Amino acid sequence: MTSTTNGARSGQSNSRILTSILAIIPLLVSLAILVWGFFFLRDIQLAKDSNVPQIVTVVLAIIWGVGGVVLLFTTANFFIEQLPDVWTHRLQPVIFVGPAILMLVWALVIPTIRTLILSFYDEASINFVWFENFQYVFTNQGMLTVFRNNLMWMIFGTIFTVSSGLLIAVLADKSKFESFAKALIFMPMAISFVGAGVIWNFVYSVKPVDAPQIGLLNAIVVSFGGQPQAWTAFFQPWNNFFLILIVIWLQTGYAMVLFSAAIKGVPSEILEAASVDGATEIQIFFRIMIPQIMGTIITVSTTIVIFTLKIFDVVIVMTGGQYGTSVIATEFYRQYFTYNNNGVGSAIAIILLIAVTPVMAYNLRQFAQREAF
Amino acid sequence: MKTNKTINSLIVNGALAIICLCWTIPTFGLLVSSVRDRIDINRTGWWTIFPHKDWVSIEKIKPGPEVDRNQPMTFEGITATFEELSKGIETEDLRIKWIGNRRVGYLDVQKYGWTAASNFSLENYKQVLAGDDYTATLADGTTVTERGDNMNRAFLNSLAVAIPATVIPISLAAFAAYGFAWMKFPARKMLFALVVALLVVPLQIALVPILRDYVRLDLNGTFLAVWLAHTGFGLPLATYLLFNYMSELPRDILEAAFVDGASHFTIFTKLILPLSVPALASFAIFQFLWVWNDYLVALIFIGASPTNQLLTQRLAEIVGSRGQDWHLLTAGAFITMLLPLAVFFGLQRFFVRGLLAGSVKG
Repeated sequence: MTSTTNGARSGQSNSRILTSILAIIPLLVSLAILVWGFFFLRDIQLAKDSNVPQIVTVVLAIIWGVGGVVLLFTTANFFIEQLPDVWTHRLQPVIFVGPAILMLVWALVIPTIRTLILSFYDEASINFVWFENFQYVFTNQGMLTVFRNNLMWMIFGTIFTVSSGLLIAVLADKSKFESFAKALIFMPMAISFVGAGVIWNFVYSVKPVDAPQIGLLNAIVVSFGGQPQAWTAFFQPWNNFFLILIVIWLQTGYAMVLFSAAIKGVPSEILEAASVDGATEIQIFFRIMIPQIMGTIITVSTTIVIFTLKIFDVVIVMTGGQYGTSVIATEFYRQYFTYNNNGVGSAIAIILLIAVTPVMAYNLRQFAQREAF
Repeated sequence: MKTNKTINSLIVNGALAIICLCWTIPTFGLLVSSVRDRIDINRTGWWTIFPHKDWVSIEKIKPGPEVDRNQPMTFEGITATFEELSKGIETEDLRIKWIGNRRVGYLDVQKYGWTAASNFSLENYKQVLAGDDYTATLADGTTVTERGDNMNRAFLNSLAVAIPATVIPISLAAFAAYGFAWMKFPARKMLFALVVALLVVPLQIALVPILRDYVRLDLNGTFLAVWLAHTGFGLPLATYLLFNYMSELPRDILEAAFVDGASHFTIFTKLILPLSVPALASFAIFQFLWVWNDYLVALIFIGASPTNQLLTQRLAEIVGSRGQDWHLLTAGAFITMLLPLAVFFGLQRFFVRGLLAGSVKG
């Protein structure tokens, strides 16, 4: 009797092992399809004499990218669900979290380490040079201008974006046209920096003195009897302000949305009590509103500081980093791709990383204090 | 008290209106210029489309051969010599000028009065999209042929990059967020701390090592390269936002489903995903706008290959090489803005929600 049950049991587990082995087939097939699609897409895009219509490539690319993810997760899950329960439980988190973690490690973690290593090597990444690249970066005259510019961006960009965002949020909160006004201010957020660069290049454009001006700013200046100016080229270092203005224009909408939500969260009883006690609007704003939304002000300021620290597109499109407007990110690009200097380029990237570590540490501390985890 | 309130609301609305006007004028000027004639854009400001007072040509007089050009001549009640006429003569409301040489020239008669530029067409868009050569007749009668730009190709490329570069990170992040929120496994807290730490890492740090991988894989210049890069760069924020949302879904729903014997995969696809649509939508809009408007990643991984370039790259290239061709630039810039603006105004609610949920982007 016992032997038969044993036999049946081992037969069962044998068939279970067999299904598990068979269940891996869909996963392997979908992996194979994905890899094949990878090379197929690469080759039809890279081939010089390709006659494949562009629209076909585009549709295939979308199917591969979107379908691939779905296929991979479905088949992987099907596979582990056929395994013994213990293994299903052990492997399920790997299926769910694994791909994202792998991607993060490949795209951000390993590159950070590689960049760190490169920053200690010379321009061709052959000889180890200790801190020479960093020394160059911190003593070179051009680089000091770059740091000064970034400091200007961070200070003035943040102050003006935060204050104009706050002003508009307060005004809109008291107005009947709130949503319309907010949509208009917010709209630039949908525009690319390159597009914004074109818009503002047009506003700043300059014609010879005797010709009619087509740029709005110069037209205004001339109508008041002034001389037309090339705003982004002259008056160094103040020309940086004309670039910073673009980012203020773009980012105020973001600040406004966050402040608007924060203002609506201030308990109305406090405001009413203050107003009954005879406080003026100005007093209410500075003594009650500002302290109540301080958390949001810090969040918005941090985001914009990080944002201006990495500013790239606007400068490239407006001036290409000429006329003393170069910033860390444009200098990074120039060192790597114009001068082929891997050492200095990597050192600049590392400095950028070090600059954001306080924020990173703050985020991690907030996370560590979270109870839910 | 009542009048005080009216004055207050007048000040508030007035100030708001002025700010909104300042914010909108640059974009409005671009839009107007993009439909103006290419020569007009360079000759007069776009604000001349509004009614204003200026000199307007009302008549061209071609003097016949019987007119003695060496004596003072009389036109429109003005008597003057040829030399005076070719310099131009101005009275209160009339301006008369001899154009061309003494023998075959003509007189341009202008009147001072109300006018507005009204020469609008979609010609600039045709030229910047279709890439055809474009022939135009200038004011002095000469014709020039210029090449346009083929932005319609770049438009398709941008779509091909932006759609998968939005969907892939969202799918990966949704699975990961569920895993972090509802599964117990070793190193769970440490791995999520990694996600949080990577939120603010500047992507500049990763560009060159990834570029080297791509060179080895012969992947440079393909859409694939850009998707994978955007997936990696977008994942921390996506995972973080979706985790925050999913971990706050009511626990009882899930426990009930577990009791019924549903697997994680079923619960995820049948229960959590449908419940998370608002969070998924807000991140999708975020990532789509980010990828569509990105310039740096495209510049490095697609580079100069003209067939695969994206919209932002084409536009930046026109800025660099033909910075004074405002008819191409204005129309081109507006084309790059079309889709984001449509997405933005259509789905503003989700976009705002995404912003409020925390938007520290690397």
